[in-house]
Amino acid sequence: MDNIILEMRGITKTFPGVKALDNVSFKVREGEIHALVGENGAGKSTLMKVLSGVYPAGTYEGEIHYDNEERRFGTIADSEELGIIIIHQELALVPLLSIAENIFLGNEIADKGVIHWPQTFSRTQALLKKVGLTESPATLITDIGVGKQQLVEIAKALSKKVRLLILDEPTASLNENDSDALLKLLMEFRNQGMTSIIISHKLNEIKKVADQITILRDGGTVETLDCHKEDISEDRIIKGMVGRAMEDRYPPREPKIGDTLLEVKNWNVFHQHHRDRQFLHDVGFKVRAGEVVGIAGLMGAGRTETAMSIFGKSWGHKITGEVTMRGQPVDVSTIPKAIKAGLAYVTEDRKQLGLVLINNIKENTTLANLSAVAANGVIDERQERKVAGDYRNKLRIRSHSIYQEAVNLSGGNQQKVVLSKWLFTNPEVLILDEPTRGIDIGAKYEIYTIINQLAAEGKGILMISSEMPELLGTCDRIYVMNEGRIVAELSKEEASQESIMRAIMRSGEKH
Amino acid sequence: MVADTSTHTTKPSIGDYLRNNIREYGLLVALVIIMLFFQFVTSGVLFRPVNLTNLVLQNSFIVIMALGMLLIIVAGHIDLSVGSIVAFVGAISAIMLVKWGLPAIVVVPACLVVGGIMGAAQGYWVAYQKIPSFIVTLAGMLVFRGLTYVVLGGRPIGPFPKDFQILSTGFVPDFLYFLNPSPEVIKNMVALVAVLALVGYAIYAGLRNRRINDQHGTENEPFVFFAVQMAVIGVVALFIGFQLSTYRGLPNVLIVMGVLIAAYTFITTRSTIGRRVYAMGGNEKATKLSGINTERLTFYAFVNMGVLAALAGMIITARLNSATPKAGVGFELDVIAACFIGGASASGGVGKITGAVIGAFIMGVMNNGMSIMGIGIDYQQLIKGLVLLAAVFFDVYNKNKGKG
Repeated sequence: MDNIILEMRGITKTFPGVKALDNVSFKVREGEIHALVGENGAGKSTLMKVLSGVYPAGTYEGEIHYDNEERRFGTIADSEELGIIIIHQELALVPLLSIAENIFLGNEIADKGVIHWPQTFSRTQALLKKVGLTESPATLITDIGVGKQQLVEIAKALSKKVRLLILDEPTASLNENDSDALLKLLMEFRNQGMTSIIISHKLNEIKKVADQITILRDGGTVETLDCHKEDISEDRIIKGMVGRAMEDRYPPREPKIGDTLLEVKNWNVFHQHHRDRQFLHDVGFKVRAGEVVGIAGLMGAGRTETAMSIFGKSWGHKITGEVTMRGQPVDVSTIPKAIKAGLAYVTEDRKQLGLVLINNIKENTTLANLSAVAANGVIDERQERKVAGDYRNKLRIRSHSIYQEAVNLSGGNQQKVVLSKWLFTNPEVLILDEPTRGIDIGAKYEIYTIINQLAAEGKGILMISSEMPELLGTCDRIYVMNEGRIVAELSKEEASQESIMRAIMRSGEKH
Repeated sequence: MVADTSTHTTKPSIGDYLRNNIREYGLLVALVIIMLFFQFVTSGVLFRPVNLTNLVLQNSFIVIMALGMLLIIVAGHIDLSVGSIVAFVGAISAIMLVKWGLPAIVVVPACLVVGGIMGAAQGYWVAYQKIPSFIVTLAGMLVFRGLTYVVLGGRPIGPFPKDFQILSTGFVPDFLYFLNPSPEVIKNMVALVAVLALVGYAIYAGLRNRRINDQHGTENEPFVFFAVQMAVIGVVALFIGFQLSTYRGLPNVLIVMGVLIAAYTFITTRSTIGRRVYAMGGNEKATKLSGINTERLTFYAFVNMGVLAALAGMIITARLNSATPKAGVGFELDVIAACFIGGASASGGVGKITGAVIGAFIMGVMNNGMSIMGIGIDYQQLIKGLVLLAAVFFDVYNKNKGKG
């Protein structure tokens, strides 16, 4: 079945000042899962937007052949008509509409504008069954988890008679169980003859499902690897992506561990919205000077909630428990008090919670400690410039100046700006929540280096991450959380993907 | 220590600079064009000393309220109640002055406090109970208007004692008369000297700023722009100052307005409070998580708006020499329009005091010019609506073009 369903030839796409794609060629065989990988900014999403007609024919150079015919898509509708369906990273679902309404949005089963509900529901039910969902079609999107939402998107694609399914980072916000379910579904579809293109940063998943892998770098095609002809290792893929062998994905560090800085005891928290449901149960942990401590766990285990409830009670209610810093009890009941106690919390979601995107690097850097560059409420412009400039140099933030708006920075550089902001408050303990999510391998390495420097300076680091290899590669000690409880504490020697998963599974059986 | 190399940038060409800053220059150019247009179609009435004085008296309260409204809009909110606060404070001041016979020196601060309380009453619901400001201030608009009818009993109260009227119809006395070179042309020397001093200071401050920027390697606007801008503003200011000096001099409200504009420009550009309001409007959650008390900031933005609306209310009441239940109807729309014409963003985080002030003047000159031309209130509203839409479209168009 070496039938080529899609061939993109010599695609070049330029934006003002940037060549996003430069003479890219890309071939997909019918009935395969084809992975498209590359660092952020390599051009993966742009290529898929060219294919699906988001960038209409004429705005790029090159040819698209689909089903042995040259195609010129003017709109997304043109490509959808031929069964090319793209599911974007940010899900395009309306939260307050039902599953059925979402699936048939813009494509309603209707007669003269009047929706035929019984048929809508029965067809939705059939589609949900195909993707393994048992939810009622009337369930609102907002009431189901991200993993199931992703499956609803796929059901929506199926409703449009999909032949070529494109998934942009489908598992980025899914936990391992949901990811596995999704990948299994893709393999099932492959057996039924459907073709898919999957864009992903998660190389282990790609290894699991892909038939072929095309690597993009800096807007050009590097190579296409056939997974059936040779055994492709993750390192082999990384080498293609970064153009060099990455000896070690995690910079080495000699831990110099000192006294206990932060200690949390008997931390009980009730749910923010469901007020009589206890969400965190007797959580306790400690972070010592110069130590990098990880918190592992599945999505929804309560890791972010633990961090946020400690950081100025930003989440939850009826919060009880004790927080000490160097053995002294500290008041963390408001964010300013938590900052004063020496805590900093780098949020999971940079864009929504970390940065003021329309403000520049300088303004974001000083936001949490503005009074340090001001006298009597008046900002000292010179002092502020110097602070922002110093952090920009120290953390190697790539930008044309400190006046560049945060919205125009890449993910890795945005994260560095958030780090600058918190470092400027001079914290003793930094809580980093998914510090490398959605940033490319090169930038990740730089973030790990910064973490190591901070630990070497004697700061305590508490790192929450869903990427187990990252925790294993950077942490001195790892706590495992599940269902609102700390279920295990593993030393660097004890910790492995298996021991973490075992701890989670075993605790799940108990409750 | 690493040298601060971060602020060095490649020098942009004049064309690039114009393109990036088209909003600010465009606004100023638009104001000048509108002024010249009305000067022409009214056969020179617009710039006559009497009319210029009127223009200031008629629009000062819009400018004053636009200062507070800009902060509200930058914070990501809106205040629809200012017209009703104007009416209510006017009524209260009338009762205190006319019925109770209190002196103006007591009534003015008391009314400012009343305005602050009205702002606080709304700010509480917006900031601490998280009710959308549109709804809270819509309620406030109705409640305060109703209260005005209640306290006035549906009848206007007036006239006012002289010392209260000075607030809006008084002029700065000519204590520099001895410097006057030609008393038959110039009737008030203070106006001329004050404007000369201001223009001189503006040029001095501008040049000093450029020098400081040069020392720190911060980008300056091209000198041509600086010079042209200074020349235009200087000529217009001197011309207006001269015209005013040939009539009765500087109206007191012009001084009040000038001081407030300077103060709010300082607050928005240099103070920590201003910076935090912009950050909050840009991303409230991130600002809150950075340890900033966003509730309190929002609350005080509304208190501030209430105080400024109270000041405006007293100026209007003193000018009309009567407190009526219908005072200030529709003012909120002129004030909000001034901010949006001036480039504020409806989603918060963006906007400048200078923009709002110029926006208010554009509205004011159009109101005044069209009235002189004898255009009815019906067409005036229509034209103002279209100007607002055009100004905001210009913003959106520029933004999209920038994205490519």
